[in-house]
Amino acid sequence: MVTNPLTKNIDMSRPPLDIAAYEANDGYQSVHAIAKGLSPEDVLELVKGSGLKGRGGAGFPTGLKWSFVPRGDNSPKQKYLVVNADEMEPGTFKDRLLMEGDPHLMLEGMIIAAYTIQASKAYIFLRGEYTVSEQALRRAIKEAYEKGYLGKDILGTGFDLDIIMHTSAGRYICGEETALLNALEGKRANPRAKPPFPQVSGLWGKPTIVNNVETICNLPGILTYGVDWYHGLTKGNDHGTKLFGVSGKVKTPGCWELPLGLPIRELLEGYAGGMQDGLELRGFLPGGGSTDFMLPEHLDVTLDYDEIAKVGSRLATGTMIVLDDKTCPVGMVGNLMKFFAHESCGFCTPCRDGLPWVDQIFRDFENGEGSEKDLQILHDHVTYLGPGRTFCALAPGATAPLGSGLKYFKEDFEKHITQKRCSYKH
Amino acid sequence: MSQQVIASTANKARKLSAEEIAEIEHEMTLYPDKRAVGLEALKIVQKHQGWVSDESLLGISKYLDIPAADLEGVATFFNLVYRQQVGKNVILFCDSVSCWIMGCEGIKGHIKEQLAIDYGETTEDGDFTLIPVPCLGDCDRAPVMMVGPDLHRNLTPEKIDSIIKDYKSK
Ligand SMILES: Cc1cc2nc3c(=O)[nH]c(=O)nc-3n(C[C@H](O)[C@H](O)[C@H](O)COP(=O)(O)O)c2cc1C
Ligand code: SF4
Ligand code: FES
Repeated sequence: MVTNPLTKNIDMSRPPLDIAAYEANDGYQSVHAIAKGLSPEDVLELVKGSGLKGRGGAGFPTGLKWSFVPRGDNSPKQKYLVVNADEMEPGTFKDRLLMEGDPHLMLEGMIIAAYTIQASKAYIFLRGEYTVSEQALRRAIKEAYEKGYLGKDILGTGFDLDIIMHTSAGRYICGEETALLNALEGKRANPRAKPPFPQVSGLWGKPTIVNNVETICNLPGILTYGVDWYHGLTKGNDHGTKLFGVSGKVKTPGCWELPLGLPIRELLEGYAGGMQDGLELRGFLPGGGSTDFMLPEHLDVTLDYDEIAKVGSRLATGTMIVLDDKTCPVGMVGNLMKFFAHESCGFCTPCRDGLPWVDQIFRDFENGEGSEKDLQILHDHVTYLGPGRTFCALAPGATAPLGSGLKYFKEDFEKHITQKRCSYKH
Repeated sequence: MSQQVIASTANKARKLSAEEIAEIEHEMTLYPDKRAVGLEALKIVQKHQGWVSDESLLGISKYLDIPAADLEGVATFFNLVYRQQVGKNVILFCDSVSCWIMGCEGIKGHIKEQLAIDYGETTEDGDFTLIPVPCLGDCDRAPVMMVGPDLHRNLTPEKIDSIIKDYKSK
């Protein structure tokens, strides 16, 4: 029984499997299953039944999202699939592994997704800096065309699919799915108003599904080994396996595929080897830079979407950033605020003006010039930039480490004010 | 008078090379309209010229029939489109959170000392330009930076010295 469907072919000490080796290890079986008679509705039911949730951050049920795409003769003929491979969330390093390690898995997943929504064109929106991923994917796409898994009338199904590589040119906001669509259309990557949602009116006004790389990579396993097998993978409430990463001052930082539902302790102390000698765990962001801090007292919480939400944070990308007791929490939050201020797309005022203000206050704290009034302004911004007050989720994402940082590391902020310096610097 | 100014700006457009045009034409087969190819065209020109000059931007604008202001809007939005001349090797230095925790500020200080440049600057010999970049997605091997298309991980001052030497001799 396969227990690691996302990484079973990955061995970073050698190049990724070519198409023959990939096929030999159950690769492209799902496309053959489709050719033997699975209808788009059949696949949709399988994916709905699997319970797969999006791995791009929001955790939205994938099957449900697909079901919003209009079907039938009266729906627009052209539909699009877009793979969100713009990975740029600070502390997130999972999609890179999948694309560099096993590019055919993503292509197979794309064929499944495109077939289900009947999209004849699929774009890979790839971060420009991911040059190794680009090469691996381009090679795999070429092989897949040669073998008839892409192009016209795939395996005699009558279904056509072209996969097009789009390499981007920076800016975190491009990962937001509607900003991404604008970028693909050759416009400035400002987000769009929702509704209409992309599922109904997306790329060039046509029905469009945007899915994360890891979400897409879950699909081949579900079709090849079945929903029951998929349900057997988890140790918790949510289904499947997930890539989990740990960075920061742990003994063995890295990225592993694990069942959902393991205690966080097992990831941090087991796989990541615990803290480096002489350091204590102060806290961690469980799923990238847009998630709320969690504390050592939360180590027994399980890696489930709902369980982590219960303690006020989000599983999001599943890549943890660890804060140790010799690193300044104010500096860490300040670093994130600099990132968010820089990456604000400038479209709406609270974010465009608020984040640089927050960033400047953190610089002042760093230089020993922070005041109680500044602290109050930071608190105010947690509200002003919060959910529902800005045009997209970038600014609310910034308030996650900001608000939780202010709450959990209050004494460190106070110390910067009273001592007029950062006491972590020697 | 003002008409003349407009006319002279248009005249500054550089004629795109045959290679550039061939690559842009290929991209045009992949998208349903010309406008979508704007960013691709900027990147293609940058690949051949090293950066996107006003003349190149106007050349693309003319070729794709996209208003220069729209194209400039796109060019200035994206970090990796260079509207100023850059050095032979662009260093994209990650200063996001995991790299920060792992000491990237010290590494940056070392680069600054060795190359005598700060963010946004190019060495006098034109070999290197230093630019900050958000998380490069290799946080378990922080600190990290790219030089041109190549990724360098687990950076130390010694590693920086040898990387600089390698690229200088290239
Ligand atoms: C500012 C911002 C940046 C984002 N960046 C990414 C990204 O790089 N990759 C990604 O898959 N999703 C990203 N997302 C989430 C996407 O908007 C979208 O929810 C996701 O691609 C949907 O795919 P999924 O349902 O498969 O998770 C980002 C969201 C925001 C607000
Ligand atoms: S919240 Fe920020 S990133 Fe999002 S639309 Fe507003 S300015 Fe742009
Ligand atoms: S923070 Fe530097 S690579 Fe992720």
